[in-house]
Amino acid sequence: MSEAGSGATLLEVRDLSVRFRTRDGVVQAVSNLSYTLRRGETLGIVGESGSGKSVSNLATMGLLNRSYTDITGEILFEGTDVLKLRQEQMRRIRGKDIAMIFQDPFASLHPMYRVGKQLAEAVLAHEDVSRDAAWNRAVELLEAVGIPNARARARDYPHQFSGGMRQRVMIAMALVHNPDVLIADEPTTALDVTVQAQILELIDRVKREFDCGVILITHDLGVVAETASHVLVMYAGRPMEYGPAQEIFTGAQHPYTWGLLESMPTVEKRLEILVPIEGSPPSLLHPPSGCPFHPRCKYRFEPCDGERPPLFRLPDGHLDACYLPPERKRELWTKRIGAELGVT
Amino acid sequence: MLIYIARRLVWTLVVIFVVVLITFVVFFKLPAGDPALRFAGRSPTTAELALIRHRLHLDKPFYTEFGYFVKNFFTGDSNGWPGLGYSYEGDIPVLQEIEQRAPRTLFLIAGAGIIWLIFGVAIGVTSAVKRRSIVDRVAMGFALFGISAPVFWLGLMSLFIFWKELHWTGGSGYVPLTQNPAAFFSHLILPWIVLALLFMAVYARLTRGNLLETLGEDYIRTARAKGLSERAVIFRHGLRASLTPIATIFPLDLAQLVGGAVITETVFNLQGLGWLAVNSVFTQDLPTVLGVVLLGAVCVALANLVADILYAFLDPRVRYA
Amino acid sequence: MNGETLVEVQGLTKHFPVKQGVFARGKQVVHAVEDVSLTVRRGETLGIVGESGCGKSTTARLIVRLLEPTGGKVVFDGRDITHTSQRALRPVRQEMQMIFQDPYSSLNPRKSIGQIIAEPFKIHHTEKDARTRVRELLERVGLSPEHYNRYPHEFSGGQRQRIGVARALALQPKLIVCDEPVSALDVSVQAQILNLLKGLQREFHLTFVFISHDLSVIRQVSDRIAVMYLGRVVELADSELLYEHPRHPYTAALLSAVPKPETNGGGYGRRRIILGGDLPSPVDPPQACIFHTRCPRMKPGHCDVDAPQLRKFDGDHVAACHYPVEKWPISEDELRRRPGVETGVD
Repeated sequence: MSEAGSGATLLEVRDLSVRFRTRDGVVQAVSNLSYTLRRGETLGIVGESGSGKSVSNLATMGLLNRSYTDITGEILFEGTDVLKLRQEQMRRIRGKDIAMIFQDPFASLHPMYRVGKQLAEAVLAHEDVSRDAAWNRAVELLEAVGIPNARARARDYPHQFSGGMRQRVMIAMALVHNPDVLIADEPTTALDVTVQAQILELIDRVKREFDCGVILITHDLGVVAETASHVLVMYAGRPMEYGPAQEIFTGAQHPYTWGLLESMPTVEKRLEILVPIEGSPPSLLHPPSGCPFHPRCKYRFEPCDGERPPLFRLPDGHLDACYLPPERKRELWTKRIGAELGVT
Repeated sequence: MLIYIARRLVWTLVVIFVVVLITFVVFFKLPAGDPALRFAGRSPTTAELALIRHRLHLDKPFYTEFGYFVKNFFTGDSNGWPGLGYSYEGDIPVLQEIEQRAPRTLFLIAGAGIIWLIFGVAIGVTSAVKRRSIVDRVAMGFALFGISAPVFWLGLMSLFIFWKELHWTGGSGYVPLTQNPAAFFSHLILPWIVLALLFMAVYARLTRGNLLETLGEDYIRTARAKGLSERAVIFRHGLRASLTPIATIFPLDLAQLVGGAVITETVFNLQGLGWLAVNSVFTQDLPTVLGVVLLGAVCVALANLVADILYAFLDPRVRYA
Repeated sequence: MNGETLVEVQGLTKHFPVKQGVFARGKQVVHAVEDVSLTVRRGETLGIVGESGCGKSTTARLIVRLLEPTGGKVVFDGRDITHTSQRALRPVRQEMQMIFQDPYSSLNPRKSIGQIIAEPFKIHHTEKDARTRVRELLERVGLSPEHYNRYPHEFSGGQRQRIGVARALALQPKLIVCDEPVSALDVSVQAQILNLLKGLQREFHLTFVFISHDLSVIRQVSDRIAVMYLGRVVELADSELLYEHPRHPYTAALLSAVPKPETNGGGYGRRRIILGGDLPSPVDPPQACIFHTRCPRMKPGHCDVDAPQLRKFDGDHVAACHYPVEKWPISEDELRRRPGVETGVD
């Protein structure tokens, strides 16, 4: 996927597939996934649980246990395929050039080390400086992410911080070496809505100040709408739709994206009835044939359970994996979904 | 932290008091018959019984009797501190008997403890890191053996092989360290290993389990995501969290062996405290049994205190709670 | 909805002692719920919304008397059940049920679905032909009667929540308290459950108390909404009134913080009130107005001295604030105004 973007390409994922070998069989966690991230972009990856949105990024970080995971395809970081790197080479990229923030700030920090020490450790992992210098850098970073009274707080343990503050610490940790790519995996799901607003704003400020590319993984379309420049919608380990955020929210093409938009309650108005997606997501041990969404799709027709739909290329870098003819989609969008949502 | 320690200390004293109370009731009040007769040993004279009744205050009301019992225990009697009474069977103060036996048991426990802690943890860590490999399987097989092999059999087999057949070690019995250091070690090495084996197996399995669990935690993923080396991830982040529970059961395991290493002490004829207790049961020397039981219980209570303090020291979440 | 009262709660208060060990039983308490008064009308859905630690779940548990209040009064269907013993509560229990957030942990994994749903019948000895009734219930909540002999682990999250709903419905209760019933579910499934609840309410004339942290979910289901902060109700109004024109600055902050898909992408153009600082400790809540430490409209010398009472606005709309929001949406300047609280952001 390479269309109009602002900065240089940072990350290019090509035809990525991830398979877990388990006792029950092979889980097809990610299949034929491709996307590009440029400097200055925020790519929102949206999907429900089991959509493969986290797994694909753990692959980028080299954090999947290769002893029971098979990964095929390429993940090019500034031209190098990180999947082919040896452990030690990957370690030198991890936390330095590509950094990651996780969902649960309560579990992501070591409970027995001082917050400052955990940050200093991140400094020392890639930089040969004195312990004092590393500690001072840790304090600076805590200040930068908005921890009041940072020098004193650096000596505290994680359990003495609130959830929002811990997530700030995680962000500080990710920023230690001015990474090129920042991956945020559901960074606000465990947080309250007012704290979520603080953290999202912080991530956006970090992106501008550190001039990096951000991948924001979330199940919340609202979060994506507010933060992302590009959106990738995943379902059952596969890409369903990709495009500039503007395109997706004003002219979504894929019935699954429609389903997500329709089923989401909104604070803007009270809907007489929500339109859910019937059924539940498929098992990744035995994914359905053809389009993985077809068993739940209201608009399915003959070709849907046959050949797997490819990604069709639309104007403005919009990609879409659905067999419905474009005219029919435009009609459905303007007459039903768009109208329902109050967008045209 | 100081308040925490003070609180635990007070609590420990309460526990010790309760232990003394229960022991008192079990030894003096629960069994039917004349306590004096039981405490007197095998063939007492009437004069002896009268003396015992007087010394143990059996002729006074229950609370006075208990009061003296507690007072003696905490402040000492004519034989020194803590007051544990007089063994009529051995014709010697119980305290003196225990003082004589204690070093044997303490040296046995200390040596075994060091061995099982070091090797148990090392085996556990290796096993966890090389999970599902041959090393892991062999180590866990060994652990299963250690847990299931009976100590008396292990003891006798090791004596037979290393002493009788190979002449590598000293035989059974105890040689004081001050008398002959070489013989001291040579006689203790087998009991150390035999006693350590069971605990080593338990600690290896515990370490492996804890470490595997810790390595699945989110903060371990964070440590990897920082770009730390696998070594730092496992030893600095993984072990730190998974050894805390082990550090806190260690003192308890040591303490319960004070009067509990009976089989090892018997098989190797070390004649330590556990042996003393069992031997006294057979010779109906109740004052000595009482003394060892009290001492053992107090050790466990104190070890509990040490474990609690250690835990607070190791885990900031407890310290700052 | 006929406006008749089903539940009335007056001055409801719940304090939990802070545990400090055996020898230091301190007098410190967590002020989980503090002086909450509200009514639930027959046939309506009362939404209770707030962030973690605001006391919404405790309030729910007090209403169905899973907890005993420290102070105040709970009247259910004309009966004062504030301090009724658990035994005496049993007949009342049939009339009020609860649905929990995590459907899996509230279902006994060793029992089949049929047994789980039939359980209330056995406890309350009412229905003889439990089996038929269970099958009917399964069908009504969108499961197949063939699921009768299956076990909870064989179901997906959404299906498990349907089971929870069926169990709550079994005794034909008057009131169902739903504690974050859809928070653990994916959006597509979440809508299924919300629609199910709505349909059931119409069919069986149920009254709901619906607890959620999600303002969009709350808006879809509630007729009236109570907003809670640090154990207190700060605003209570008809759903539409509340969303059209929130009066309390906290409600305004909550509403503005919700990300909306209609923003059409492109980042941070939208205005929102960013609250500074963290939630104060419920052990030692702020004096006077509980929100003054984080409130963008705080006036020193007033808000930190004098506690605001719940004031009436149009209709049934009440809010506890000295300086309520006059206009909604509010101006850019006002959005960014902040009390002396440091956040470091910006």
